[in-house]
Formats: sequence, structure tokens, C-alpha cells
Amino acid sequence: MTADCTIVVDGEPRRVPGGASLAAALLGLGVAAFRRDADGRPRAPVCGMGTCFECRVAVDGRSGVRACLVTVREGMQVATAT
Amino acid sequence: MSGTRVDVLVIGAGPAGLAAATAAAVRGCRVVVVDQAPRPGGQIWRHREGEPAPKRAMTAIDAATKAGATFAARTSVIDADGPGRLLIDVDGHVEELQTSALVLATGAVERLLPFPGWTLPGVVGVGGLQALVKAGLALAGTRVVLSGTGPLLLPVAATAARSGATLTVLEQQPFTRVTGFGLRAIASVPARLGELVAYRAAARSAAWHHDAWVLRAEGTERVERAVLRIGARELTVACDWLGAASGLVPRTDLARLLGCTLASEAIAVDARQATSIPGVWAAGECTGVKGDAAGSVEGMIAGACAAGDDAPSRKLARANASGHAFARRLATSFAPRDELRTRVTPDTIICRCEDVRAGALGDGWTTRQAKLWSRAGMGVCQGTVCGFAGTSRPPLGTPHLGAWAAQLASPTTSPSGGMHDS
Repeated sequence: MTADCTIVVDGEPRRVPGGASLAAALLGLGVAAFRRDADGRPRAPVCGMGTCFECRVAVDGRSGVRACLVTVREGMQVATAT
Repeated sequence: MSGTRVDVLVIGAGPAGLAAATAAAVRGCRVVVVDQAPRPGGQIWRHREGEPAPKRAMTAIDAATKAGATFAARTSVIDADGPGRLLIDVDGHVEELQTSALVLATGAVERLLPFPGWTLPGVVGVGGLQALVKAGLALAGTRVVLSGTGPLLLPVAATAARSGATLTVLEQQPFTRVTGFGLRAIASVPARLGELVAYRAAARSAAWHHDAWVLRAEGTERVERAVLRIGARELTVACDWLGAASGLVPRTDLARLLGCTLASEAIAVDARQATSIPGVWAAGECTGVKGDAAGSVEGMIAGACAAGDDAPSRKLARANASGHAFARRLATSFAPRDELRTRVTPDTIICRCEDVRAGALGDGWTTRQAKLWSRAGMGVCQGTVCGFAGTSRPPLGTPHLGAWAAQLASPTTSPSGGMHDS
């Protein structure tokens, strides 16, 4: 098992399980709104494997990144729609 | 743009893709396997970074590596200028890959049918929940409802129960049908009995219902309750996670872009796993959902023939025929129930990417009209979820709200044909 690491979610440092996908890590932190739809309603991961695109967040300044395809890394900067 | 050139390019690093890569590489071909995921193994052999891959995955990955195949991780195919020239995205950088032969081992996606509340956070696929748990999501102390159909429910239920969730499982099909399929599957491959017993033992605490499915999900910022239909009664249960899907569908988006002929929902292939487009081969779930063992057989044949073999060995051909028979039984035994389409109300979102509701889809619209006038299927997932993934046939042909849903629900009438409408 990989040791826990710290990522920065919407400006807040948070401890997450090392080796986890960013999608799983954010869900574990209780993040509900990865993105928001046209009516402002929250959306979150569905497929967990890169096809539904509901888990899009910004990672280290790059927007539209599918959180389910990214492994968490120490110091990773994440911006959600929360 | 670089212009890397290989002999055999394999799309997808699951069981079929790895088998194809190995078969082609041992025949002396320069082979690259691309996959969106950070690690090889596909969905069935998904594992967390820092944890060992499952044993069968390790064997397949080692074999491909030893044979000389190269694995390109975090790589998505974004366009194809014919089968010999593909554009790929690697961590946000676009590159070109040229190949003499292409093996599609793109796997399957879940059949996600719309119902009220399905866009609430916490509503995921059945395999989706499995993928998230394997990727590090903890379910201890949570209440989970799984609503699905087919063999995938078993391992997912076992995973959820092992990770400490309180579990309700709904199988769409009646008990007799599921039992009949199970007995036949065990009779043809006795080893399956052990797997079945292990999964059922792990999920023994679950409340298990047949002839049952979710009607709607309710909640404000995330799912709080699921309203279930169990036999003739309705039941509301509080839940933290709702995994809902209607089995798996072959993933054919790249095949359709290349112009490969489809048979029902799957990529059509011959006995050599050749598609209708010269130089393009296909193997695994994308030619029909059949499981990892049968997928590996197809991969071995596709890789060998892509490398120049004339025909599969008699032994492989026999194994392949039994795999295809299993795929047919799977598809007919677990076809989605028609009643699922009646869940949709005018307010139900159909296209999640473009926020298109059922009421916004005009009666009798063709897919092309729906795309142009409502943007259904035009969003970032390109219709992979909602099924508006390009079709030359009108899925909206009857003046019913549920018409398109019937299309989505029935594998025999699902959208097929070219990705670009004419």
C-alpha cells in the first residue's frame, strides 16, 4: 500500500490515500460537485473509467481533466466546481 | 508532431489487447499497446498504484513485455485519419502514430439507461462503483444499492460487501432465468462454480432481489434515497451510493469512426478476428461481451493474424467458437427489461453532457435532427453514455417519448452504423 499524501483541493490541503485515483480520493473527501451542469446542479463520477466525463476537474491548472484517469500525487492542485 | 511508426498498434490493454500484443510481438512485430489508464490490465484487472496486479493480469502483462511489446499509458486515441494513422493524446500532448495493422481491443462500457435522479452525485454505474472502489474509494459504513443485470453484479456485490457496505442488490431478470444461465455456465466451465460460491459467500449479508430495478433516485446535493420496484411492489430505501446499469455494451466508437461494420451492437469480425476494414482487427468485449478468458482467445487470434498468420490454430478456433456461444447466451439471458424505459419523465435528463431532457426531444426526430436541434449526443462523451453516438437509422422514429429509450434498452435495435450521419 502506498503511503497517504497531501493534495490541495480548492485551496485546502487534504490528506488522501496514496495510489488512489483522484476521483476516488475526492469522493472519499465528500466532494459532491466535481462539475456543475447548466442549471448549476452538481455532477460527480459515474463510470470510473474515463468514458462519461462527469468527473472533470482542473488539475495543476489544466482544466477538463478526468479525475478517474489521474493518480493522486503529493502537492497536486485540484479545482472543483464546489 | 512526431510520427512514430509501428507494425501492430493495439488499442486497449485489457486481457484481449495484452494477448494480441503478445501474439504479434512473438512473431517479430514492433508492437505498441495504448490505454487511457495509468496501468495495464483494463477494467477487469484494474488495480491501485503501489498494489500488485491480480495474478492473471501479471502473467499477461509479463508475457507482453517479455515478447517486446511497448505499453503507452495515459494515452487516448482522439482521431483517426484511416486505420494506419491515429492521433493520440498523451497527458495533454497530441502525437501521431502510424501503423501497418490495428487491433481494436476497446472493451465494453456500461449500458447506462436514464431514470429520474440519475445525474445526482452518488449515482454511479455498477462497474463504475467497482472501478472507484478498486481505485481507492472506501465504502465501510455506507449503504449501497446495486441495480443491474448479468454476471457483473456478483463480483461488484462481493467487493461492496467486503469493503463493509450494507448492501441491497437488484437483478432485473427473474430468478429462474438467472439460475438457468448460471447452471449452464457452470456445466460448460466447472471452474465457474468456485467463483460463484466465493462471490455469493462474500455478499451473503446482502438483501438480494430478482425481477427488480431502481425506479428513481432522490436527494438534493447527492443521492439520499432510491425508489425500487421489486416484483409488484415499490420500496424506498435510504442509500449513500446507487450503482445502476443494465449490463455492458461493446465499445465501438473508434471502430465506427474507421467505418467498421457492426453486428447488432458489436464490431463484426470473421474467424480471423478481421473487421470489415482491411488492416483492422478486433478482439475482446468490443466484438461481443464474453468475459476475459474468451477475450484472451480472440486477442491471441487477432494478434497472430495482424502479424501475418493465415488462420488461427484449430485449438484456438474451437475455443473461440465456444466463447462466441457464451457471448450469445449472455446477451439473450440478460437483455435489458423493456419496462425500464417507462421510468423516464419529460423532465429526465437524457444527454448528461448537454443537459438535454426527454421533453426537449421532438417526436419522430432522427438522430441527426436530435443532434442538430437539441445537441443530444454532441457533448464531450460523444454519445457514449446516452447512446446518440451517431447512427444512420432514426432512433426517434415513433411518436413516443420512450421510443429512443426502447432503442437504448434493446440490444437488437440499438443504434448502429457510421459515426457520421448522412
